Amino acid sequence: MRLLSSKGCFALLLLGLPLAMLVGLMTGPVTISLSDMWSLYLQPEGQNPNAAQEKLIIEVIRLPRIFLAMIVGALLAACGALLQGLFRNPLADPALIGVSAGASVGASAMIVFGSLLAPSGLLMGMPLVASGAFAGALLAALVVFRLATNSRGTSVATMLLAGIAISALAGALNSLLSFFSDNDMLRRISLWQMGSLDSATWARVATCAFAALIMAILIPREAKALNAMLLGESEARHLGIQVEWLKRRLIIYSALGVAISVAVAGVIAFVGLMIPHLIRLLIGPDHRSLIPASALAGAILMVLADALARFAVSPAELPVGVVTALLGAPFFLWLLVQQREKS
Amino acid sequence: MVAGAAAGEKLAMLSLKDVCLQIEKVPLLSNINLQCESGEVTVLMGPNGAGKTSLLNVISKNYQASSGELEINGAAQASWAESELAKFMGVLPQYSSLDFPFLVKEVVLLGRTPHAAGKQIDAEIVQAALEKVDGSYLANRLYTRLSGGEKQRVQLARVLAQVWPSSWLGKPYDKANQYNQENLLMLLDEPSASLDLEHQQLLRRVVKEFAEQGGTVVMVMHDLNLAAMCADKMTFMTCGRIVANGSPQELLTPEKVKHVFGVDVDVIQHPSNDLPLVVV
Repeated sequence: MRLLSSKGCFALLLLGLPLAMLVGLMTGPVTISLSDMWSLYLQPEGQNPNAAQEKLIIEVIRLPRIFLAMIVGALLAACGALLQGLFRNPLADPALIGVSAGASVGASAMIVFGSLLAPSGLLMGMPLVASGAFAGALLAALVVFRLATNSRGTSVATMLLAGIAISALAGALNSLLSFFSDNDMLRRISLWQMGSLDSATWARVATCAFAALIMAILIPREAKALNAMLLGESEARHLGIQVEWLKRRLIIYSALGVAISVAVAGVIAFVGLMIPHLIRLLIGPDHRSLIPASALAGAILMVLADALARFAVSPAELPVGVVTALLGAPFFLWLLVQQREKS
Repeated sequence: MVAGAAAGEKLAMLSLKDVCLQIEKVPLLSNINLQCESGEVTVLMGPNGAGKTSLLNVISKNYQASSGELEINGAAQASWAESELAKFMGVLPQYSSLDFPFLVKEVVLLGRTPHAAGKQIDAEIVQAALEKVDGSYLANRLYTRLSGGEKQRVQLARVLAQVWPSSWLGKPYDKANQYNQENLLMLLDEPSASLDLEHQQLLRRVVKEFAEQGGTVVMVMHDLNLAAMCADKMTFMTCGRIVANGSPQELLTPEKVKHVFGVDVDVIQHPSNDLPLVVV
């Protein structure tokens, strides 16, 4: 039996998301209490001396940041679920298998070469960086998938080792790119490697939301085929799935999702690992509910992780990737122990 | 050697002519000729490595035959799209590697993936398919926690759900499958491998009932006596070739068993039916 019905799970997540957003709005170097927010928006005639400042913080800084965190978290968790279905293995995570690393090299390369070609910075825009990230992510995903899977299934060891190799190569390429970079480029590249959401603006939110919307339309169509894929590739073929095309689409979608998240927030590990796993424990592996529930839960986790990143060392802030890694790495070790006991 | 009886009024569901399979220059199957009519159970037998699973893989389109002709359901195998093939052909592999915590009824429901019969009918078929394999009590259990034999029965139920004959629904006007029951085909690779005695007999009943509804079954088995009870036709294979073809009575003789399996056996009359009984 299951711990939760999928309806119950969605209800909880839909309840949790606004709560997480409230926490995100309150938290930061300047704490804005719930009553402040209440008076700010529902009793504007109230006597709050900091009203103008708080309004500015909420609308220009925190709200776009929260939306960006939600999109990034949802994309990473949904892509984690996709990759785990593709590899038929619950240990696949975009960062662990090198897809994020590939994306970060692509993004860095775009910044460096883009600004070398057009020093004015015209080419530095998000869409261009994201397309570089997409190319890198796609290449990494293809390589790992070719290496780690055959008709019998996925070799976890090969998958993780290939991830290590790709991440190492990506690290080297990133260093090489840093060598050619000026100070401004360096700052931006190193920000990616840590993972941070502090560059959030409404323009970025809009771009990402548009991309995320496309993903939200494309990915659910694959849910039934992904379920069949869990039985095995030839089993899925015998259930009428065109497996080769499905695999290509899944690789492209996950590369796209990871690329967007890396382009705006850098490499954020373990969200794609933890969230689908937890959701699967609650409602089971049916991708028709697993993917949307993971997206919601990923959004919640990322908003809370970002709030913690801003709160923990306030008024400075931690890169959000540090927070997710601190949560996720022990979780990953726990999963490894479980896998070992199973076999 | 041309297999079996001439087609007569029965429909040739499966027809292989001089089919060969080579993988990386290693010949796995040579000049396979086989014909299976609808309503017929064919059991492939032979020592390990004889090519039984390879033959199933060629029929199921897992492998592409290197040469020869292969017709399924009246058309060249290559001309069937996977999505269409899946509507009348179910395949049970030797091993299943499902490692995600689906409930048993969800696993069986996956067998309905190729069809669009509607949720209601799918749910009825899932329930009935589990009943057929004595698995109703497993419906809400986690597949990953089942024993080997239970998993095998659940996988069989999944394949049954995929090629469920409309007549088994008990409601003649609801179509479980858009293909006629005479066009349904099951390929089973060692379906009895981890089944206990009771469920081996259950497997025999299920296979026979499926064939009575017009379905065609090709399966691999190792137990000669169980195979004799299931088979309308047996096929002995060694080294990638078909060496003998015929009814259980024709094939289960001490000479042929010795020739194929290299084991000296006695064959006696089964005490309660007219089947041969192989005693080692």
